[in-house]
Amino acid sequence: MEAQSLPAALALVAGGGAGLSPERRAALGASLPLLQRDYRFERVWFWGCIQGVRGAYYIAEGLGPDRAAPRSRLYSLNCLDWSLLTPATKEMLALAEQVKGRFQGDPSFEYSLSEINAEAAARLLESGKEPVMKEEARLVATIELIDRAVGIVPRGAFVKTALGAVHENRHFEGLSLAEAKKLSSYFHLTEPVNLKNKTLLEKADLDPSIDFLDSLEHDIPQGSWSIQLEKGGTVVVLRSLLWLGLTFYHVPMTKQFGYVYFGTGEKNLDLPFML
Amino acid sequence: ERGHGPYQPHEPGYGLDQAGYSPYEDEIPDPETRMLAIKNAKAYLLKTSTKSGLNLYDHFANVLTKILDEQPTNAVDIIEDISKDVKCAQFRKKMDTLRDEHLILPTFQAAVKYKALFIKEGGGEEDDDLEEEMGQPSLPNVMEAAFYFEQAGIGLDKDESYYIFLALKNLINVQPIQSCRFWGKILGLEMNYIIAEVQLQEGEDDEEIEDEGEEIVGEGEKEDEAEEEDEQKEKEAEPPKSTYKPPPEIPKEANGTGTNKYVYFVCNEPGNPWEKLPPVTPAQIVCARKIKKFFTGRLDAPIVSFPPFPGNEANYLRAQIARISAGTHVSPTGFYQFANEDEEEEEGADTYEENTEFEPPPVAEMVESLAMWAHHAKSILNQGRCFWINPFQKSEEDDEDEEEEEDEGEEQQEERGPPLLTLISEDEGMKDIPAWTVQTSTDLIPQYSVAILRSNRWPGAYAFASGRKFENIYFGWGHKYSPESHTPELPPPAQEEFPSGPGITETVDPTVEEEMAFRAAQEEALAEAEEGEDEELEDD
Repeated sequence: MEAQSLPAALALVAGGGAGLSPERRAALGASLPLLQRDYRFERVWFWGCIQGVRGAYYIAEGLGPDRAAPRSRLYSLNCLDWSLLTPATKEMLALAEQVKGRFQGDPSFEYSLSEINAEAAARLLESGKEPVMKEEARLVATIELIDRAVGIVPRGAFVKTALGAVHENRHFEGLSLAEAKKLSSYFHLTEPVNLKNKTLLEKADLDPSIDFLDSLEHDIPQGSWSIQLEKGGTVVVLRSLLWLGLTFYHVPMTKQFGYVYFGTGEKNLDLPFML
Repeated sequence: ERGHGPYQPHEPGYGLDQAGYSPYEDEIPDPETRMLAIKNAKAYLLKTSTKSGLNLYDHFANVLTKILDEQPTNAVDIIEDISKDVKCAQFRKKMDTLRDEHLILPTFQAAVKYKALFIKEGGGEEDDDLEEEMGQPSLPNVMEAAFYFEQAGIGLDKDESYYIFLALKNLINVQPIQSCRFWGKILGLEMNYIIAEVQLQEGEDDEEIEDEGEEIVGEGEKEDEAEEEDEQKEKEAEPPKSTYKPPPEIPKEANGTGTNKYVYFVCNEPGNPWEKLPPVTPAQIVCARKIKKFFTGRLDAPIVSFPPFPGNEANYLRAQIARISAGTHVSPTGFYQFANEDEEEEEGADTYEENTEFEPPPVAEMVESLAMWAHHAKSILNQGRCFWINPFQKSEEDDEDEEEEEDEGEEQQEERGPPLLTLISEDEGMKDIPAWTVQTSTDLIPQYSVAILRSNRWPGAYAFASGRKFENIYFGWGHKYSPESHTPELPPPAQEEFPSGPGITETVDPTVEEEMAFRAAQEEALAEAEEGEDEELEDD
């Protein structure tokens, strides 16, 4: 969610019971603008909070002029001092998917890889490093996985220019109430995977400046999103069932939207049994 | 030096704006013909489209008017959108009246419901006197609890909390309630559940027992009818009846004790009428432990699972509430004590009372060790009840079955669970994750911080303590955390149709040689027997 609209956004997302304490909110209000100044981000998003066993990680993302470019991620343990995270590599992503269990809350905690993935441990040993995975790396990889899988925006909120850069659509006035209840009005804000598989008839109806991302309709498994109208029908809230804790909100007919993650950072692999 | 004109020397259009340099110059030298060309161009622009009734000339005029009126920055980048908007504006007026009515309904209906919550019922003074005589049911201070939880970042929006507060007040006015508490909120796929934990006044629970009596009578009647039908059918050929006897049903606990100590009311949104959840049976708890399903938000939704859940979503919800309450309702150690000291030794202790001499330890101590907190809800045994019961005791009624059951039934060992008021430091963790995480709400201002407990076994269960005040609450999806993935129960092995034994097992047919050898052996034996008889006869 946008750092500037943080208080209003937190009120809209609070239906799930998770939020921030007044101390953290105040700290974010002070430190996020400083982040924007120091790193020269165009936009700063408060991504959310991953609850570890002993502590919590607060995550912020910074965006440059191209909103679809890889985002810089920062984490903090107290919402005041932020540390930049290295971008996630493919090995980190693959390893993080296999690590199970809660985050510990200590960024220097090390997961022993020999239990998790013997091959990777062997490879690391050969190259002279210790066969461990640091919690920081797991954190980066988890954030990347969550963003790729369930980071969503409404249709029409972002526009792709002819040069390929993605900008916010200044003409976006919000989805209508009828559109807001449909899964096809929301897109994943990552590299599209399913677009090429559409039939020619479907592609003809698409507007290439707006429909350049995957919609939620074809997410596997079907039904992995819960759409609800909360607060007396004024807010549309989508909750992901694959990554429990990711909440997306949008007030129809206005420009307000955003998503935030309040959870333990674990994928819900039991989803097919639970539906 | 570069000029300022529209076309620079290196650009293709250079020179076109100067008289005499246009590429068409030699084609239309005559000014009159040029005027004609201009008129033709304008007539083309004024041509009405067959589809939409607009023409390009008016459309351009409108677009330019809009741009000059609004003066957006970087207009050239959004010119296509502006053009689309102008076109849309043409059509909006015709469809206006139809669309408006549709959109108004859902939001405004909900607002009406919320407004109804604020209406104060009845005359003020007379009711106050009556309530003082009867003993006013305690309305919990939801806003106070919400404030403390907010210090930890837990809780709903203030508006929603207040609506829930008012809805609880309505519940107290409608139902005969002794005490009630906001238990928490469980999220669902289509709608969420807001749950209130309630203790009904004594005497109100009898209604339920009567209902059950009626149900049993109804079943008895049905059984009689079934027996008559069976007798008629016996005259016809019937397949053999199975000798399978299902294990005896474990009776549920009486209202007011064990898992059914409290009654729960739920609603989807504050303002909706509260619905009472049925009491929970041990079979439902045992089954709920084996399945993991999302709640849809409709109480009558069926639960399709294996093992088949005995009930619908209302029962599953009640079972999960019972499990969560038993596992996560805690209070500072010493806040509650046993009413009678002797009862501590018995495990049948179910009642506790507030300790009037309780001195709340400072928050720093509450956070240091988990021994400062204790469960005040009885844990549920494997049987599905809080108090163990031997299911075979009831077989005294059926004389015929008694002997069989004593022979066949396995002797179930009495289950023992941790006694009431156990410290939570005795809760087992999962692998290397402790069962509870305890923190203070703030490190910066320790004198006003609040001790916060988060459960790791039931993510979403929280408790806070500050001085004499404490509260438990639940916000989540209603499922237990397990480090391993959920594995559904496997179907039981296929039943044997008949016991296998030597009489039924196939053997290979004897070959001809074996038969001949057998016959020869038999004849020898007969011959010997005859010789024996002949000898005997001869002896005589």
